[in-house]
Amino acid sequence: MKAMTNKKVDYSQFPDATGHFGRYGGRFVAETLMEALHELNEAWQGYRNDPEFLGELDKDLARYVGRPTPIYHAERWSRQLGGAQIYLKREDLNHTGAHKINNTVGQALLAARMGKTRLIAETGAGQHGVASATVAARLGMECVVYMGTDDIKRQALNVYRMRLLGATVQPVSSGSRTLKDALNEALRDWVTNVDDTFYMIGTVAGPHPYPLMVREFQAVIGRETREQMLADHGCLPDALVACVGGGSNAIGLFHPFLNDSEVAIYGVEAAGSGIDTGRHAATLCAGQPGVLHGNRTYLLNDPNGQIVETHSVSAGLDYPGVGPEHAWLKDLGRAQYVAVTDDEALQGFHALTRSEGIIPALESSHALAYVAKLAPTLRPDQRIVVNLSGRGDKDIYTVATLEGIQL
Amino acid sequence: MNRITRRFEALQRNGRKALIPYITAGDPRPELTVPIMHALVEAGADIIELGVPFSDPMADGPVIQKACERALAHGMSLRGVLDLAREFRRTDADTPLVLMGYLNPIECMGHDSFVTSARDAGVDGVLTVDLPPEEAAEFAQALEANGIAPIFLLAPTTSDQRIQQIAKMARGYLYYVSLKGVTGSATLNTGEVAAKLAAIRTHTQLPLGVGFGIKDPPTAAAIAAVADAVVVGSALVTKMGELADDPERMRREVVELATAMRQAMDRHQASAAVVTA
Repeated sequence: MKAMTNKKVDYSQFPDATGHFGRYGGRFVAETLMEALHELNEAWQGYRNDPEFLGELDKDLARYVGRPTPIYHAERWSRQLGGAQIYLKREDLNHTGAHKINNTVGQALLAARMGKTRLIAETGAGQHGVASATVAARLGMECVVYMGTDDIKRQALNVYRMRLLGATVQPVSSGSRTLKDALNEALRDWVTNVDDTFYMIGTVAGPHPYPLMVREFQAVIGRETREQMLADHGCLPDALVACVGGGSNAIGLFHPFLNDSEVAIYGVEAAGSGIDTGRHAATLCAGQPGVLHGNRTYLLNDPNGQIVETHSVSAGLDYPGVGPEHAWLKDLGRAQYVAVTDDEALQGFHALTRSEGIIPALESSHALAYVAKLAPTLRPDQRIVVNLSGRGDKDIYTVATLEGIQL
Repeated sequence: MNRITRRFEALQRNGRKALIPYITAGDPRPELTVPIMHALVEAGADIIELGVPFSDPMADGPVIQKACERALAHGMSLRGVLDLAREFRRTDADTPLVLMGYLNPIECMGHDSFVTSARDAGVDGVLTVDLPPEEAAEFAQALEANGIAPIFLLAPTTSDQRIQQIAKMARGYLYYVSLKGVTGSATLNTGEVAAKLAAIRTHTQLPLGVGFGIKDPPTAAAIAAVADAVVVGSALVTKMGELADDPERMRREVVELATAMRQAMDRHQASAAVVTA
């Protein structure tokens, strides 16, 4: 056996008790929120291994969300690309059409047990907002979703869905009027209404314990994938690919495979108009470490530390930060982070739609666009699992507009 | 001895409470900041809190957020704030100056570089809103080693155990957030504030400042009766925003409000002293 020159990291042991992934993560919030985070963390630590809580969660995931989601072999698209076999983890088939509901079902169970009666959430593409409004309707809780005015415009369908579900969609017109500003506004609401309000963060970012808690709710994606690939093929996939905005669908897929060093892992960011144009949201590819929204992580900021406006055709990836675990995985080299442009993502969108009859979300289309580059470099007996994190119905107006079509 | 500590000792000797106005540096325009600081001192300010504008001021309400946006639109930055501090210090050697802001601009500049620059600019205290004591040990030590007080927030929800932990790391004064909410929020219950301050005093000898939601002279006076310092931010910054196009009137109204608060606080203290006597 080779001498242990490199200290092997056991990825299941992170974050540490104070929420750190190496130098990333932590809890960088005003004192006004610290007690609420303690309360949340204690409740979460109490329930995360509680058989009754987990039993109820499994039941909801099976009967309300529709899990397990299938793994689908995209044979025709694989043949067209002429390389590795491509498998889609069909998170688009979840109730509400994306992976986001895995997390909100879990957090809502926790909120109810904590005696909270009001749910608040931030949303970019609207998928997390819809998933939050959905669980709030089911539990009869008040729900307020903060959403940037720019995002409200480009995601009108999801805004209407949230309102149908009884949620209040609160427009946020400050800053860049997108996801980061919605998050600021949700934090302000939480500080003000901390007694009765539960803040459901939609991604693996924010102060501890959110990156850990959201990861655990989303890791069902990777656990199922592992079992399904082992059952069907008797071995693990060669590569995993997922899009990364905040990074919750990606961590959900990646985490159960982190200790399997033979599985290559790729996170795909939004290069927007191209990284060298400055109009992008490729935080890990082009950013630097800093502190925002309660955690230390990679950020896109100017030389004075001011957060910059991002751009992506996909509202769900349009965020200048990223979950701290991704920052850590990047530095360790365990996962590779790449970026694809708006145009490439749109090509991925069309390619899957035409070859497999599945319309993907623009977020997921970024992962597909990278698969289209990666697959031809691999052998036909190798397997790639790509997380099809959401369906594309919400995006058809955006795509049509970009292509000059009036619906 | 740090100017902050000196100032609180002098106030205590005279039976007075500190008035601490907050303005955002560079708002509405960078060249107006230092003149307003001097004007506030003339109006009776004991300490100046100078906000470092940040693109994402999560703990602040809409008033301060807009002030940040105005300042950033005029190119204000952390280095720019330190230049303003230096300029203020050239003509005012005594008034303590506290920078209040968020961590990321400091991270970007580098902790060491920031701390030495702040010291050289004559800064006396630094309040980093999103840096709780759990994450602050090294930074607080670096500040203190350079004669700068690390100032921390306490909230209505802060537990006794945390009060002790924070008080151990804090210097200068503790800043009690008077309500659950963001800066500039609506309601403030002076009875609740008084009760919490009494509880905090069982854990620390540091002076206690109170802020968030103090808008008018009567509230300032009521808070001065139970606290060592009254912090006024959004009420002043609102005027600066509204009157951005008329700097002379802006200065006049900002000074009027600060003066009215100063007088209300002093009257209240004087009558309290008579009652005690």
